[in-house]
Amino acid sequence: MIDNERLSELKSTAKKVRINIIKMLAEAGSGHPGGSLSIVEILTALYFQVMKVDPSNPNWPDRDRFVLSKGHAAPALYAVLAEKGFFSKEELMTLRKKGSILQGHPDMKKTPGVEISTGSLGQGLSVAVGMALGYKLDNKQNYVYVLLGDGEIEEGQIWEAAMAAVHYNLDNLIAVLDYNGLQIDGPISQVMSPEPIKVKWQAFGWNVIEIDGHDFEEIITAINEAQKVKGRPTILIAKTVKGKGVSFMENEVDWHGKAPSAQEAEQALRELNKGEE
Amino acid sequence: MRKEKMATRDAYGKTLIELGRQNRDIVVLDADLSKSTRTEYFAKEFPERFFNVGIAEQNLMGIAAGLAASGKIPFASTFAVFATGRAYDQVRNTIAYPGLNVKIAASHAGITVGEDGASHQTFEDISLMRGLPGMTVIVPADAVETRFAVKKAAEVKGPVYIRLGRPKVPVIFDETDYSFELGKGIILREGKDATIFATGIMVSRALEAADVLADKDVDVKVVNIHTIKPIDEDLIIRCAKQTGAVVTAEEHSIIGGLGSAVSEVLAENYPVVIKRIGIQDEFGMSGDAGELLVHYKLTSKDIVEGVESCLKMKKAL
Repeated sequence: MIDNERLSELKSTAKKVRINIIKMLAEAGSGHPGGSLSIVEILTALYFQVMKVDPSNPNWPDRDRFVLSKGHAAPALYAVLAEKGFFSKEELMTLRKKGSILQGHPDMKKTPGVEISTGSLGQGLSVAVGMALGYKLDNKQNYVYVLLGDGEIEEGQIWEAAMAAVHYNLDNLIAVLDYNGLQIDGPISQVMSPEPIKVKWQAFGWNVIEIDGHDFEEIITAINEAQKVKGRPTILIAKTVKGKGVSFMENEVDWHGKAPSAQEAEQALRELNKGEE
Repeated sequence: MRKEKMATRDAYGKTLIELGRQNRDIVVLDADLSKSTRTEYFAKEFPERFFNVGIAEQNLMGIAAGLAASGKIPFASTFAVFATGRAYDQVRNTIAYPGLNVKIAASHAGITVGEDGASHQTFEDISLMRGLPGMTVIVPADAVETRFAVKKAAEVKGPVYIRLGRPKVPVIFDETDYSFELGKGIILREGKDATIFATGIMVSRALEAADVLADKDVDVKVVNIHTIKPIDEDLIIRCAKQTGAVVTAEEHSIIGGLGSAVSEVLAENYPVVIKRIGIQDEFGMSGDAGELLVHYKLTSKDIVEGVESCLKMKKAL
């Protein structure tokens, strides 16, 4: 459990991350705000409360690892990594520009702290399985965290990896599903429903915990619980709001992959600055 | 050439055991074909470092990438058609793009898969892998070369594709005086009239063709190109200058493989007449491997004819 002081620190970090997501997307002129804003609390909880990482030594062998399988939410990851100190916040304004260390989708060769290049959906869980096996082979106690999109689990490879994670008893693997209900072409239930999601993961043998993906206490408690489970992986099905924090973006499918104009960004930043710490 | 025969996949399986004993970071993955790819040899000795992911080639490549990102040296094996086709995007985006240290050792490449037919015979795998930036592509000619190539692949950093075959093929090289240099072709026979650049199982056939041509007073140089990428530009240009005529021979489509690579090098540097021996733009079919090699014109006789037609073109210039 976290105390109130810690909670308000996390909330304040999340607020800064959201502000930077909007600023960097407006500056870039393209990118994915909806699915970046929906995962801010999850990433903030991981990097600022849960994971063992060292920004001054990104390749520290005893670190925990994070895989952003839904690579298009890169702005959220970049904003969190910059906040954590993996690189200067000035870099954020170079997002998607020629020569930037911040590519449109995560590139492990260019960005300190990015563990694996992603962008082609459905592949991060397999990579996370490989990393978790690597830790087991080395008898390390570290964890691998992987963030999946709810639309992303329409990819068949996710279920190949889901099978493998249980087959190999990977209790050092914790997945989080960004369950915001929307994908590019519309609601997931209309495009190609992956429902019922919970029972699918249960049927594959995963430990499943349902949480509010914007509630720090729920996220952190669930991860603590997941770490106690032995012999199988855990997935947190995190109910989230796509575009969270910006009124006109929330639950609006059109904000999946479009940058705010200068005016829209201004309004978004006004709302975020007014919002709770 | 020695009398004995051995499949390159057999040599691969045996070499993995050697590597496994030398280096604890060597891990091996397969997708339910370990008996055929011979990774079962490794699995028996090092069960804790062997991962059979089941019939899931995309996951195979993703897990291999994750293991490589964790400092392991994964060898991922399945049939070539699935390794390069079924899992192409995984190989592209999750292995080649981040430059991860994954060794894709794929067996049952080419027409010599035989009876299983076109669904299992790939003639485009070299083409697919060659197009990926940073991917090394190796096609060993025999069991000895396979052993050296696999060991080299484990040594070098970055992704490597090793193309292996199903049938027993002649052992060409002698362990005691063979050396493998990545990206360097090997001149097996000197000659002045034409050069045959061959790869994989076509190397022994090229040597046979050279014998036949010698009886007809045609003096050909035979070069083994075991590394298709990076291709040995200097050697190819030098041979073209010396002989003025080039024939390529591969158990692969004439589109995108060795023939294309050699043609690209020569077209830009020293154009000479070129004849590409390989599978024409078509799919395979079921049949005995030997019969299929005849049907698809991949015999020493076809190489002889290729050289003769090339020499005719050279004369007509």
